[in-house]
Amino acid sequence: MNEAWARLPDYLGQHVLLSVSAILLGCLISLPLAMLGYRNAWLRGPLLGVASIVQTIPGLALLALFYPLLLALTAFTERVFGFGFRALGFLPALLALTLYSMLPVLRNTIAGLAGIDRALLTAARGVGMTPWQSLTMVEIPLAAPVIMAGIRTASVWVIGTATLSTPVGQTSLGNYIFSGLQTENWVYVLFGCVAAAVLALAIDRLLALAEAGFAKRSRGRLVAAAAGLAIVVAGSLFPLIGTAKPTVIIGTKSFEEQYILGALIRDRLQDAGFATSSRDGLGSTVIFNALASNDVDVYVDYSGTIWANAMKRPDMPGRAAVLSQMREWLRREHGIAYIGPVGFENAYAFAMRRDRAEALGISTLADLARHSSTMKIGGDYEFFERPEWAAVKKAYGVGFATQRTYQPTFLYRAVNDGDVDVIAAFSSDGRIAQYGLKLIGDPRQALPPYDAVLLVSPRHAGDEKLLAAMRPLIGAINLKHMQQANLMVDRPDDKRTPEEAAHFLEGR
Amino acid sequence: MVGIMEAIAVEHLTKRHGDIVAVDDVSFAVADCEFFVLIGESGSGKTTTLHLINRLSEPSSGRVLVDGEDILSGDAVTLRRRIGFVFQEVGLFPHLTVAENVAITPKLLGWRETDIAARVTELLELVRLDPKIYRGRFPRELSGGQRQRVGLARALAARPRIMLMDEPFAALDPLTRDELAADYRDIHARLKLTTIMVTHDMTEAFLLADRVAVMCEGRIVQIATPQELIASPADAIVRELVDTPRRRARALAEAMRAQDIQA
Repeated sequence: MNEAWARLPDYLGQHVLLSVSAILLGCLISLPLAMLGYRNAWLRGPLLGVASIVQTIPGLALLALFYPLLLALTAFTERVFGFGFRALGFLPALLALTLYSMLPVLRNTIAGLAGIDRALLTAARGVGMTPWQSLTMVEIPLAAPVIMAGIRTASVWVIGTATLSTPVGQTSLGNYIFSGLQTENWVYVLFGCVAAAVLALAIDRLLALAEAGFAKRSRGRLVAAAAGLAIVVAGSLFPLIGTAKPTVIIGTKSFEEQYILGALIRDRLQDAGFATSSRDGLGSTVIFNALASNDVDVYVDYSGTIWANAMKRPDMPGRAAVLSQMREWLRREHGIAYIGPVGFENAYAFAMRRDRAEALGISTLADLARHSSTMKIGGDYEFFERPEWAAVKKAYGVGFATQRTYQPTFLYRAVNDGDVDVIAAFSSDGRIAQYGLKLIGDPRQALPPYDAVLLVSPRHAGDEKLLAAMRPLIGAINLKHMQQANLMVDRPDDKRTPEEAAHFLEGR
Repeated sequence: MVGIMEAIAVEHLTKRHGDIVAVDDVSFAVADCEFFVLIGESGSGKTTTLHLINRLSEPSSGRVLVDGEDILSGDAVTLRRRIGFVFQEVGLFPHLTVAENVAITPKLLGWRETDIAARVTELLELVRLDPKIYRGRFPRELSGGQRQRVGLARALAARPRIMLMDEPFAALDPLTRDELAADYRDIHARLKLTTIMVTHDMTEAFLLADRVAVMCEGRIVQIATPQELIASPADAIVRELVDTPRRRARALAEAMRAQDIQA
């Protein structure tokens, strides 16, 4: 709980900065568009139609779509104009949320303007107003309460949806929810939900006050609402002012081990005097591209993942060759600095309940292939799309009746409870031992080695101070300790935070 | 009226909405300082005619001259700022105070704030609303009669010489209506205004007008002084219109005589 409170200034500040920017930008675009739609009836249908379609896209998908879009765009501008921008973090979140905010503002503005008594519009012309004067002096003031109601709806939507910007690398109150979900820390999840709800409610009440101010033409209410909004926004943004200095951005993927290693790296960098910030819960491909484009500065990846996914190598020359070729490829292709292996391997490994594996006589993937047509397999969100899975299918001819994807947290429980027969597990996960699962052998070496390796962005590849701070981590963590640390975070009783698990590793 | 220049001349004015002819070849001239009333049933084209005179609507054919100049040759907005217009629905802006409503046209014309403030006071006094009490009130805080007085003040604000009034008193109770009509007739004379008023109430027309134009189905049936209209109605329609107030007056007179006999 104290940990949660300690993060609040950063998360809340980022959340408010993002939401307020999106709402302001949204209004800046939507209000003039709505005026055009109001004056030109033919434009109204298409305008509201497009905004409605945007609204039907799930928030998470909309946010996710902007990342590759911006990535392509920044590659283009870099080639043509010689400069790029950050495709991860604030920008994709801002653009997606801006789009999301548009429908209620558009709809209410058009409805508010169209609902004005025609007799008043004739009177406005009759007293000698130009169309523009009629709009600004009569129509907009009269529609203001309805327009404000639209802005209010948009604000609540945006503040809620902003919690989904965590996976595209933008810090928000969603960080509580996503990291809480990964580590089964329900206090975190609840904390994030409540914080976002309280923020949304506060903004909603203040905008309601402004709406009433417009409706009742009460200057006092408008002033109070503006002052309240200014206090909430300024108060939330205040803690961010100090963090404006350049920081080293630590990235993590979306599972416990990554959060623990992220905390470990953070401790080391802060001890060495670096200011740090985090991009948590990123997907495998997203985080690698982010590192290559300096949106993330340091993280731990796994050699097999880079070998198969980034380098797209189908061959398997053996552990040492993989590491040396990967190191060379990273430097040559991306300018990424490879610091070294952390000391343990987190491989994809197939696991079954021991009793079931023994009853069926399964000890290798070749054995499994004989039974797979009647079996159900579970994996994380990525696994079935990855080249490793294709390699396994090719090497052993496995083909399952059903395949299901799970949050890594629930994967082990699923196989233990019999929801699935076999899972694509992670070898460093403490729950393999906890549930007493049997690992299935891979005699044909279809799966590459997955040494955890420390990588540093091109921007900091020559930063000796940073590299020196990272080097003590080389070979520092063995598999047993990593499994123990992972279990500390995963287990249902006596649960620890990733920070506490990181401290445990530091003590080893 | 001979020899006085025409303030407004309407020549062969026609307005079509698709197949419907709202105003059909209407011509009349209104002299300077004249009080001219357009009368007719609903849908007879009188309001449309009024709208054509300050270009709230554009004619299909024909033309309107104001002070000898074709109104289509100038800018519509400038024209409307020169002409006062009083609406049947009053059309006060609900988000503005009485003073702000009255000040609209001078403000659009770019008058100085101090001049506007003085003008508002002067106008509220003219329409017999105490400026101290009513300046800061909103339209919703006024009675129907008070609202129409503000509407009148707003139309007069930029010192127009021409006033167009679209059934200005129709929505008011009879007592308020008579009082306001009498007040306006007085203002019309005092400010030397040229007024065209639309009404469907012949009694009102007789009490206010110098001349009356009777409209029916988009056309003008007869233009005459009230006396001429009573003496020699042009056709059955005009006679019917004229007879209504006469019948009412006769009935009223009989009722009053009976009252006198009883007393």
